[in-house]
Amino acid sequence: MAFSAFATATATEQAPRRASKVALLLLLPGIAYLMLFFLVPLFSLVITSLQAPAEFGDIGEFDNAFRWENYTTVIGQYSAQILRSFLYAVLATIFALLFSYPLAYFIGVRARPYPLLQKLILVMVIAPFFISFLLRTLAWKQILSDESPVVAGLKALSLLAPDAFLTGTPFAVVFGLTYNFIPFMTLPLYASLERLDTRYLEAGSDLYSTPFTTFRTVTIPLSMPGIVSGVLLTFIPAAGDYVNASREFLGGTGTTMIGNVIESNFLISLNYPAAASLSIILMAVILVLVTAYVKRSGTEDLL
Amino acid sequence: MAAGGFAEAGADLELVGLQKRFPGFTAIEELNLTIPAGSFFALLGPSGCGKTTTLRLVAGLEEVTAGRILIGGKDVTSTKAYQRPVNTVFQSYALFPHMSIIDNVAFGLRRRKIDDAMGKAHEALRLVELDHLAARKPSQLSGGQQQRVALARAIVNRPALLLLDEPLGALDLKLRRQMQLELKSVQEEVGLTFLHVTHDQEEAMTMADTVAVMNKGRIEQLGAPAVLYELPRTVFVANFLGQSNLFSGQVVAENPDSISVDIDGTRIVVPKARAHRTSGHITVGVRPEKLILAREAPVESADNNILGPGRVIDVSFSGVSTQYLIQIPLVGTIVLFAQNMGTGPIVGEGAEVWVSWHVEHGFGLDDEVETGSRFPADTDTATLALQKRHALMSELGED
Amino acid sequence: MLAEAITAPQPRNRRQLPSFGLGKWLLPLYTTLALLFLLIPIAYTFVFSFNDSVKSNISWRGFTFDNWTGVCKAQDVCEAFGNSILIAFVATVAATTLGTMIAIALVRYRFRFRSSISLLLFLPMATPEVVLGAGLAAQFLGAGIPKGLGTIIIAHTMFCISFVVVTVKARVSSIDPALEEAGRDLYGSPAQVFWRITFPLLLPGIVAAALLSFALSFDDFIITNFNSGAATTFPKFVYVAASRGIPAEANVIASAVFILAITLVITTQVSSTLRARRLAAKS
Repeated sequence: MAFSAFATATATEQAPRRASKVALLLLLPGIAYLMLFFLVPLFSLVITSLQAPAEFGDIGEFDNAFRWENYTTVIGQYSAQILRSFLYAVLATIFALLFSYPLAYFIGVRARPYPLLQKLILVMVIAPFFISFLLRTLAWKQILSDESPVVAGLKALSLLAPDAFLTGTPFAVVFGLTYNFIPFMTLPLYASLERLDTRYLEAGSDLYSTPFTTFRTVTIPLSMPGIVSGVLLTFIPAAGDYVNASREFLGGTGTTMIGNVIESNFLISLNYPAAASLSIILMAVILVLVTAYVKRSGTEDLL
Repeated sequence: MAAGGFAEAGADLELVGLQKRFPGFTAIEELNLTIPAGSFFALLGPSGCGKTTTLRLVAGLEEVTAGRILIGGKDVTSTKAYQRPVNTVFQSYALFPHMSIIDNVAFGLRRRKIDDAMGKAHEALRLVELDHLAARKPSQLSGGQQQRVALARAIVNRPALLLLDEPLGALDLKLRRQMQLELKSVQEEVGLTFLHVTHDQEEAMTMADTVAVMNKGRIEQLGAPAVLYELPRTVFVANFLGQSNLFSGQVVAENPDSISVDIDGTRIVVPKARAHRTSGHITVGVRPEKLILAREAPVESADNNILGPGRVIDVSFSGVSTQYLIQIPLVGTIVLFAQNMGTGPIVGEGAEVWVSWHVEHGFGLDDEVETGSRFPADTDTATLALQKRHALMSELGED
Repeated sequence: MLAEAITAPQPRNRRQLPSFGLGKWLLPLYTTLALLFLLIPIAYTFVFSFNDSVKSNISWRGFTFDNWTGVCKAQDVCEAFGNSILIAFVATVAATTLGTMIAIALVRYRFRFRSSISLLLFLPMATPEVVLGAGLAAQFLGAGIPKGLGTIIIAHTMFCISFVVVTVKARVSSIDPALEEAGRDLYGSPAQVFWRITFPLLLPGIVAAALLSFALSFDDFIITNFNSGAATTFPKFVYVAASRGIPAEANVIASAVFILAITLVITTQVSSTLRARRLAAKS
């Protein structure tokens, strides 16, 4: 599983051999591909983000320019959506972490004497991946819809006001984001907890610490690499997601995220510069946050 | 396909001016060495001394910086590993985990398209008494069994030269002793030339006909195990092969067959024949088991060297013998092993004692005098790895 | 048999852990509930694949097998599914090949610009899909390349490469370099050493990487949406249909894919565990 590999990326570096033509031949095709279809597109995105509408052109026709005000325009116009995206992503990441940690702890530490049980639970954790992302989100939409027994039940228990609803609310969007990215959080957590040497826990309790203190001072620090990977793997896709927040799925008019804005500008109103500058802003903010977070948590060797 | 014949007997190995530099450090300064055909030769040294590098150069797994490698008189310096009539028993055994034992053993024969690879492989497995496990995978074998498969996989090719890279390092002590004997008998049976790399001095001395002690990329001394032990040439050899009590001083008298060295007022006599140098400031020594402990001052005689009085500062019992540490003013701390003939130690801590030994048991070293540490500080593997990493990084200019 | 296999503990590494008081029962209970929670939408999708729906598949109208027996009656669903399979297959083959080559080079050779290359491989994983999708779309737009199946394949190959590299790289670094040296020492030419030793040892990692690529590509919607033009894939079909009601046939396809994938995964996991146990018992 790549996500556990992602978490265990601190694999022992072997003494690399000399540079050779072989290495170049091995690297060239893949690296050239990534340059052409990842790096160059990022540059085209930057160029597009600075374009100005063509003077006598139609909608969707733009000329290359240096219109820096594209950025100030979109920030002014969409500041609410930008802030909301990061707020939702942060909330979803926190909820996913809270949900996943006990689960990963059970699989990785408690279930360790039973390898088959471990594997079967892991399969259940990644099972949502095997059913279409969109369909499982739609399933939640139906389950949380006004006519569903869930909502009716909550209303009967007075946990929900009689005229309240769930779909289309920020709650539903954050719920959907959390649900969809839980496996991304659980797998790296599991990978690092799996390698946690339980003798440390015994040493902790031997040295007079209560189970809670042992957990706080031994288990959590030792699983930090997993927490960092999990947080990144959840936060990044959550911040850029536009399926959960879209009106056809769990969102409503008041839950639009930056992804929805980029999508509608690019694919519907054909305002490419606006979509591009929003993309650049999203990418820049994420890179800054990720770098700061990784530096702070001291696991810089992610790949 | 391969260079050199795959002879039934071993071949000479000759290293001429061999040098190996890695970016940033030199692993082998300059090595000249001839290993005669059919002999069991051990390269002994601490980790990082260049012994494994030497082996890898001979195997063709590293390229030489300068110098030549000749096998059976044929220059193989520029040939690739798979073209050399040399096989290796790796430290980790390196058995192919995805192949059965028999496929592992037949691997080399098949690559060389030798007839009846299977039959020969089974024969090699019978030699190491593992033919009944031929169908198993390496992971189903114990460490000792894997080691024997690795040996069979190498000798089945009848290489002119067999290289052993600490092949017993991963085994426990008892198994190691047993495997040492087995290896030795296999070598005698097949008559190949063995080049054995190890850091275990006992292993080197029990198995090899000739031992070369390596340190910091150079051979310090080469010879039969008993000669190396009796007449070490350098401080390093004196301390790496067993333990030694070493004293430095000026040669103050020279007789026809002995010299006298002055150690801060005490005279030590060493036979001329057992001293590598006979004038100037030199280091002399004696092995701890050659010392005699006395509670009263021994009678002075021309045959004896006497040190003392001193105080016993530590006594430790180890079964066969007891080790005493004796502090002697102006001389230093002496280590002494006494056979446990009676029961319990002869003296306790704090006792006043004298130490004496027969003049014939002393030896004189060739070294320039080194003061200070008994064990010369050598680069350990961790430091070496660090050096290598720094060197790599500075060469690449990034990372 | 299965239950027995699950409950039979491994005697080797059974050790008593400091118990968390209540946690003795709390944690297994929590795990059970959490797993049930994770499976809710799957169960929902599966159940509604049997719904006797008319146009939209929202409310339950009775049980039927018709959706399963006549999946391709809703022709556009089947076409989209076929496209998805085709795209995932081509992208997987391309990404696995390119990524495996990079992974081998990264672990086994040293060269200049190593850290820049690592960064180039890391960035696509750290970039939101929306940005990847918009970037490629902007490039295709600028270069005047018409969008379609080809552009989707290009996009999927791009984002799969990094995941392949990470997966295979872990496998490459777990292989003892002495094995390849032993191969050379035993008269294997470089090509023989690669195909007889390196490649078979890498194979599990390569297979895992390929399965992951296939899954990522098959389920991708966001990047596809930006680069598909008129071409349709299964997720795109679902997205477009979401506003006017999704035919139950979509649930059938998703459920079938799910059952296939989960059977495959469980079979391999169970058989590998049992094999490991047999091995342990033998030695």
